[in-house]
Amino acid sequence: MKRKRLLRGFLFGYLALVLIFIFAPIVFSIIFSFNSDRFPTIPLGGFTLKWYETIWHDPDVWEAARNSLIVSLSVASMATFLGFATAYTDYRYRFKLKPLYLALILLPPTIPLIIMALAMLAWFAKIGLAGQVISIIIAHTVLTAPFAMAIIRLRLSQMDASLEAAAWNLGADQWRALRRVIIPFCRPAIISSFCLTAAVSFDEFAIAWFISGLNKTIPVVILEIVTGNIDPQVNAIGSFVFLTSITLVVIAQVVLMTRNKKEKAHHG
Amino acid sequence: MSVSDQSPQMPSTGRATVTPDRRLRLFKHALRLPIVVWQGLFFVAPLFFLVAMSFFIVRNYRMTEAFEMKNWLKMMSRDYFWDSYGLTIGLATLATLVVMTVAFPAAYTLAFRVSENTRRWAVFLLIIPFFTSYLVRIFSWYVILAESGVINAMLGYIGLGPFIMLNTKFGTIVGYMTLTLPLVIILQTFALANIDRTLVEAAHNLGCRPWRTIVRVVLPLAKTGFIIAAVFCFILSFGDFVSPYYLGGSKPPTLPILIIDTVKSGQQWPRAAVVAVVMMVTLFIVAFGGIAAAYRRRLS
Repeated sequence: MKRKRLLRGFLFGYLALVLIFIFAPIVFSIIFSFNSDRFPTIPLGGFTLKWYETIWHDPDVWEAARNSLIVSLSVASMATFLGFATAYTDYRYRFKLKPLYLALILLPPTIPLIIMALAMLAWFAKIGLAGQVISIIIAHTVLTAPFAMAIIRLRLSQMDASLEAAAWNLGADQWRALRRVIIPFCRPAIISSFCLTAAVSFDEFAIAWFISGLNKTIPVVILEIVTGNIDPQVNAIGSFVFLTSITLVVIAQVVLMTRNKKEKAHHG
Repeated sequence: MSVSDQSPQMPSTGRATVTPDRRLRLFKHALRLPIVVWQGLFFVAPLFFLVAMSFFIVRNYRMTEAFEMKNWLKMMSRDYFWDSYGLTIGLATLATLVVMTVAFPAAYTLAFRVSENTRRWAVFLLIIPFFTSYLVRIFSWYVILAESGVINAMLGYIGLGPFIMLNTKFGTIVGYMTLTLPLVIILQTFALANIDRTLVEAAHNLGCRPWRTIVRVVLPLAKTGFIIAAVFCFILSFGDFVSPYYLGGSKPPTLPILIIDTVKSGQQWPRAAVVAVVMMVTLFIVAFGGIAAAYRRRLS
């Protein structure tokens, strides 16, 4: 018995250590953003807001924030639309080339970002789309559509197949059934996919760095500051970025989880 | 949704003569085609162009479309390329071994020792870092691991160190772990949680020792999920340039850093394309090898 309790203690202690390792960089980045030392360490220096003031007065940061906002909102809308259409096709139809079709949408995340970055840089230069905000939007949509597809597909698999058929029998055509039955049912997944794809786009730096030209997004600005020197400004921008993406991811998960719970309770 | 509003105005024969059959087909294609066109134009085409580009030539700082082996011969004959290649494979393999090992006790605990509710919360927590800026987390590690950073300061209190952790392989592996550990724990947890408990209990009842149960029963049952986790870990580490650059010191550069250096300094896109194609081929081999290993038993 004693050995068993020891083992249990060890396993939970281990789990705690792993979680500390995973969250340490996030927590320290936020702490350091309020720390007056140029090179933060323990013991901590005084409390300061000067790093936040620096970025607040930096027009480049504002410009990048504007670009990031435009990019992530556009990416989230397009990726969610494409993801929904693909997920519904997969749910509803069978056809010969389906494995190829699914591979087409699901493969991008398995290709290293640096390779996608180079490929898109060259391709966009060839077709005359280089260095614009729209180039980043297109590239990020390719990258994030698989996430949208996966989330919405998972939701569709929870749906009672007779719901849509019932709508048809009651006289709704395909479009109407889609709009009135399928989309409302998928709403939590659609919201969730919107938030997650926005978060991925908001944090992506490799492709954005290669193809953005002068239209930098926030992560590209961070990358350039980091490449220059140790500058605690990064912690201030970083904390803002963390806050944004953590909020988006938490919303995404909470929306999915509460809806699932409610339905479970409903069915008894 | 805007597509549905457009449907009556499609340039067909007009609303009255559209047969139900035709409308069905329209519906089907309106949902099926967008992704094909989109990924064809912006995912498949760039990758094919990348392969083609590795045969282009650069003259007077301008890239000309051609079909020459020059870039391939040049890169393949350079020692620094093979040094980078060996280093990148070595580091990614090491990271995969370390991450799979470090993740296992955590995933085991989450799969077997906690309630389903706790597991859901843990997965919830583990998903968060996957979607938060990797770049800023690595910068944070840079400060934490520095010679006068947080860890060495803490070790200093108990009279140890300072240890040099930046610009070492250790630094690179810490970075790779930051990138891959949460994902690997999640995948391992799902793989373990899905195995049939009765088989584990049977082993236990038949007097099998815990360690032996893990090696002989649990791991073989979770094999597919574990191989997928390992393949993802390898792919992510192999393609990452941030950790080897900022935490590993980039001497010698890994292949992703080589791509960046070649693109950003020399305008030598075709040579960078050679590196990228070599990387892709390597990853295909690893991925297919992994999948083959994962499903080998089931097929026979």
